[in-house]
Amino acid sequence: MAIIGLIAGAAACNKDTSSSSDTASGSNCGYKLAYFGALTGSAANLGVNIEQGFELAINQYNKTKGSDCITVAKFDSQGAAEVAPGVARNLVADKKILGIVGPPFSGESEAADPIFEAAGIPTITPSATRVSLSANGWKTFHRAVANDDAQGPAAAAYIKDNLKATKVFIADDQSAYGAGLADVVKSKLGALVVASDKTEGDGKQTDFSALVQKVTSSGATALFYGGYYTNAGVIRKQLTSAGWKGTLLGGDGMKDPGLSKASGVAAAVGTVVTCPCSPPEAAGGTFVNDYKAQWNVDAGTYSDVAFDAANILLQGIDAGNTTPEKLNTYLSTINYKGIANTYKFTSTGELDPTLIKVWAFKFDQSGDAKSDVEIKTS
Amino acid sequence: MSDTAVAPSKEKTSFRGNGGVRGWFGRQPTWVRAIVTVVALVLAILLPYAGDVPLIGPQIVTQGIDWPSSLFNMSYYVLLALGLNVVVGYAGLLDLGYVGFFAIGAYGTALLTSRDSLLYAHSGWSWLAAAPVALAITMAAGLILGWPTLRLRGDYLAIVTLGFAEIIRIVATSTPNFLRGDRGFTNIPHPPGQGSDGKPIFGVTDATPYFWLGLGVIVVVILGVRNLDRSRVGRSWLAIREDEEAAEIMGVRTTRFKLWAFAIGAFIGGLGGVLFAGEQGFINSQTFVLQFSILVLAGVVMGGSGNMAGAILGGALISYIPDRLRGISDPFFHTDLYEYRFAIFGVVIIVIMVLRPQGLIPSRRRAMELKDREKEVAPQ
Amino acid sequence: MDFSGLINDFGPLTVTGLAQGAIIALFALGYTLVYGVLRLINFAHSEVFLLGTYGCLIAWGWFGLDQNSKAPNFGAMLAYMALGLVVAIVASGLTALAVELVAYRPLRRRNAPPLAFLITAIGASLAISETVGVLTHRNQRGVPPIIQARTVITIGDTHITNLQILIVVLALVMMFVLDRFINGSRLGRGIRAVSQNPDSAALMGVNKSRVISLVFLLGGLMAGIAAVMYDLKIGVTKYDAGFLLGIDAFTAAVLGGIGNLRGALLGGLLLGVLQNYAAGLFGSQWLHAAAFVLLVLILLFRPTGLLGESLGRARA
Repeated sequence: MAIIGLIAGAAACNKDTSSSSDTASGSNCGYKLAYFGALTGSAANLGVNIEQGFELAINQYNKTKGSDCITVAKFDSQGAAEVAPGVARNLVADKKILGIVGPPFSGESEAADPIFEAAGIPTITPSATRVSLSANGWKTFHRAVANDDAQGPAAAAYIKDNLKATKVFIADDQSAYGAGLADVVKSKLGALVVASDKTEGDGKQTDFSALVQKVTSSGATALFYGGYYTNAGVIRKQLTSAGWKGTLLGGDGMKDPGLSKASGVAAAVGTVVTCPCSPPEAAGGTFVNDYKAQWNVDAGTYSDVAFDAANILLQGIDAGNTTPEKLNTYLSTINYKGIANTYKFTSTGELDPTLIKVWAFKFDQSGDAKSDVEIKTS
Repeated sequence: MSDTAVAPSKEKTSFRGNGGVRGWFGRQPTWVRAIVTVVALVLAILLPYAGDVPLIGPQIVTQGIDWPSSLFNMSYYVLLALGLNVVVGYAGLLDLGYVGFFAIGAYGTALLTSRDSLLYAHSGWSWLAAAPVALAITMAAGLILGWPTLRLRGDYLAIVTLGFAEIIRIVATSTPNFLRGDRGFTNIPHPPGQGSDGKPIFGVTDATPYFWLGLGVIVVVILGVRNLDRSRVGRSWLAIREDEEAAEIMGVRTTRFKLWAFAIGAFIGGLGGVLFAGEQGFINSQTFVLQFSILVLAGVVMGGSGNMAGAILGGALISYIPDRLRGISDPFFHTDLYEYRFAIFGVVIIVIMVLRPQGLIPSRRRAMELKDREKEVAPQ
Repeated sequence: MDFSGLINDFGPLTVTGLAQGAIIALFALGYTLVYGVLRLINFAHSEVFLLGTYGCLIAWGWFGLDQNSKAPNFGAMLAYMALGLVVAIVASGLTALAVELVAYRPLRRRNAPPLAFLITAIGASLAISETVGVLTHRNQRGVPPIIQARTVITIGDTHITNLQILIVVLALVMMFVLDRFINGSRLGRGIRAVSQNPDSAALMGVNKSRVISLVFLLGGLMAGIAAVMYDLKIGVTKYDAGFLLGIDAFTAAVLGGIGNLRGALLGGLLLGVLQNYAAGLFGSQWLHAAAFVLLVLILLFRPTGLLGESLGRARA
C-alpha cells in the first residue's frame, strides 16, 4: 500500500490551501458557493457544463469586486445516488458555504437534498427536472428550470403543429427523465402514435437494430426519443444507415453537440430538441463569448442556467444575506432576470409557471442545436 | 514447466508454530487473545475520530468525501466481502453476480417501507420490521438461484450468477411500477432510536451511527461465520471445494451444503443491502451494476480468499482506495486523481496479485491444501 | 408481447441479428481460445476488443476521416478497410500479448490459484478501459462512413445490406481459417496438445509459454476484426464498449460450449438472433435479460453448453 501512502502524503495539505480565503476583502466577502454534481465519471459532461457556467459567474463577480471575494467549492458526486450522501455530508461540514448550485440529476438529488435540507443550505438545481422533487417539503430546494411536466406537452404540440407528423413512434431509455417525458408526449399525441419501444439506458446498449427495424416498419415519419444524447446519437446514426429519413425529436437531454459527434453532422441535421430554456443568444449579453473565452469550449446544455443560478446566489450575498438561512429566505423573494430566463420561485421551490418558456432547437450544419421557435402549448 | 520450487516447508507445521503476527497471536493464552481482540474492536469503534489523531490521522481520512460516510461505505463493502467469501472462499463456488443479493436486500427493505411502494398501503413498516423480511427474501433468492445451478461447475456457474444479477438489474430498471426503475424509492426510513436530546440517532447529516451499526453487524457476522466454518458445515464446504466427487463419495451431502453456502452468502449480502437502504433513504436501479459484483470479488481474492481477515481487509480496501483518491490532485498535472481511481485501482490489483497470489492475508488452510494439488490448480 | 410485430419483422430481425451475432462470435473466440488452453476466463479480452475499435478509428483519422466525412469511392474504401483491419488487428493483438505478459505470465511463474488470474485480468481490464475513458473524456467517438450501407438483396420485406453480408461472410471465413489453423497446422497441433494435457505436451517438447502467447495473439486478431466490424455496424465506440459487448461474447462462448471454436460461432449467431427476437417480442429493454434466461435454460439441460467443451479434446 506504499503507493496510496505516497499519494496521501503528497495531497494531505492540498485541500487546505485551496480553501483559504485570506485574500478576500470587502464587505460580504470570504464566503463560499458550492457546486455539487458530477465532475468525473460517465455523467460528467452535463456536470462540467453546469460547473463551468457556475464558476464563470463567480469569476466575473470576483473581478468586479476586485478580489477573490467568493470562493468556488466543487463537490464531485459522479451523478451517482450511492455516492452523493457522503459527498454531501462533506459539503455541509464546511460552514463557509452559503449556497449550492446542483445537484444536476434527480437521482442524486433524492439522496443528497435531505442532507442539505437538514443543514439548511439553499440549493438551486439547474437541471434536475423530476416532478416529485418539489413535493418532499424541502424548504431549501429550488429549481431554476421547468420540471418534466412542462416539456412533454410542448414537444407534443411541436410534433402536431410545427412538424405536422401523422405517424409518430415513441421510445425512451427508461430513465426517470426519459420515460416520464415520453409518457407525457405519448398521451398528448394520442392516436398519432403508431408504436412504441423502450431501450436500455446510456452505456448499457449500443446495438439498436431491433428498435431501428420497428421504427422503419411502423411507417412513422417522426421518432420521439425520451433520453439523453449519448444513446440518441447512436440511434440517429443507425436509423440513417438503415435508410430511415424521418425526424428524430427529443427533450433537453438530447440538446448537446455530443449527439452529432456520434451520428455525424449530416445525419443529425434536422433533429429537433425541446428545452424549457431560452436560446442563449436571445438573452443578449456576452455570456456565449465569455464562456468560450474562459473555458475554450462552447457553452453546453444548462451552462446558462447554472450561470444564472450562481448570479442569483451572488446577488443575495451581495445584499448582505451572509448566512444560509438568510440566503434561503432571500431566494423566496427574488424576481431575477437572467440570461436564460426570468426567475421567481413558488413556495415549493418551483419556477413560477408563468415564466416557463419552452423552445424548440434544431441541429444544423454546425453540429449543434440552434433555436428554432418558441413553442406555444395553449 | 511446473514450478515445484514453491512448496515452503513451514506450511506443513501448524500455523501456531509459525512466525508473524498470526503465529504469535495463536500462541498466546486466551486472556491475551481476548484483550487484543477487545483493543482491536475499540480501535475500530473509534475510527470515525481518526482524523483527530495528530500526524497519522490526516493521512488516513478521506478528503473529498465525509470520513464517517466513507467508513460506512467500507462497512457494507466488508459485509459483502464476508458474504462472498463464504460462497467463493469456503465453498469454492465462483459467483460473479453477488450484487444481486445486495440489491434484493435493499429492494426488499424499500418495498416494505417506502411510501412509493405498491405495497405501502399494506405494509409501510419501519426499517427494523422490514429488515428480517427482506433478509428472508434474500435467503430464499439464494436458494432459488442455488438450486438450478448446482449442477454447474466453475465458470459456467460464474456466467449464470452474472446473468442472475443482470436479470435483477434489468427487471428493476424495466418494471416502472413495481421496482420503479430509475425513479427509485424515496423516503426509506432510517433505523430507529432517539438520542437523549430527542433527535433521532440515525439522522441524515452524520454517518457515524451508521458506521457503528455496520460494525456491530460485521462482528455478529464474523462470529456466526466463524462458528459455521468450524462446524460440520465448514468442513463439508472444504471437502466440496477441494474435490466434489470425493466428498460425495465420503457421504458429504454436497447439494445441501452448497445450498447452505448460497443461502448464507445471500443472507450476508442482503444485510449489506438492508443497511445501505437504511442509510441512503433512496435507492434506484442505477446502483446495482455488474461492476459492483466484480469489485467485491476482486476485494475478496485480493484480501485472501477463504480467510475472513483477508476478506475484511480486501472489502475495506476496495471501498477505501477509490474514496481516498477523491479530492486529491496529482502533484504533476493537478488533475483530480479521482478520475483515474479505477485505472490506478486496476494497476494496484495486478501488483498485489502478482506479489501475493494467495492474497494479502492468505488462508492457511487453503495454503496447505493448495500445496497438494499444485499441478492441478496451476494452469501452466 | 408483440407477436404480430415479431412475425412481421421476422426476416429483418433475423438478418440484423445474424450480423450482430457474427461480431459477437468473433469476439467470443478470444474467450474460448484462452479458456481452452488455460481453463481461465480472460476478463481483459473485452479491452483487447476495445483498443481494436479505437485503433482503426485512429488510423482512419490519419487520413482526415471522421464521422462527418463523405463516404469514399470504391477503391479508397478497399484501401481504408485494409488499413483499418491491419491497424485494429495490430492494436488488439499487441494488447492481448501485453495482457498475457503483465497479468498472466507472472502468476503462472508463481503457481497462483485460478482465482488470482481472474482478478489480475479484471485489474488489467479496469486499468485499460478506465485509462481510455479518461483520455477520451468518456465521450463517444463517431465512426467515418467507410462503407455506405446499401441494400443489395431484397427478399420480401427483408433488405440485406452489403455491410451485413460482409460481416457475416468475414466471420465465417475467419472461423474456417482459424479452425484449419488449429486442426491442420503444426502450431495448431501445439495448441491442441497443451489444451489436452499441459504437462505431457511440455514433455513432448511443446513450448508452453509460446503456445499460450499464440493463443492470446489469435484471440486478439479475431477481436481486432470484430472491432472493425463493430465500428462499421454500430457507428460509435466508447470506453465501455468492450465491457458491454464482452458480456454478450462471454455468454455466447459459454452458450456454445466454452473452449469450443464451433461452439463460439454457434453461440454468437444464436445469441445475436435471439436477442433481436426478444427485443421484437418484449421490447428492446429486455434483450439482455432474454439472453441470460436463455443461457440458464440451456445450461440446465446441457451443463457444458450446446456443443460441449473441446478445443483439442474430444473433437480434435
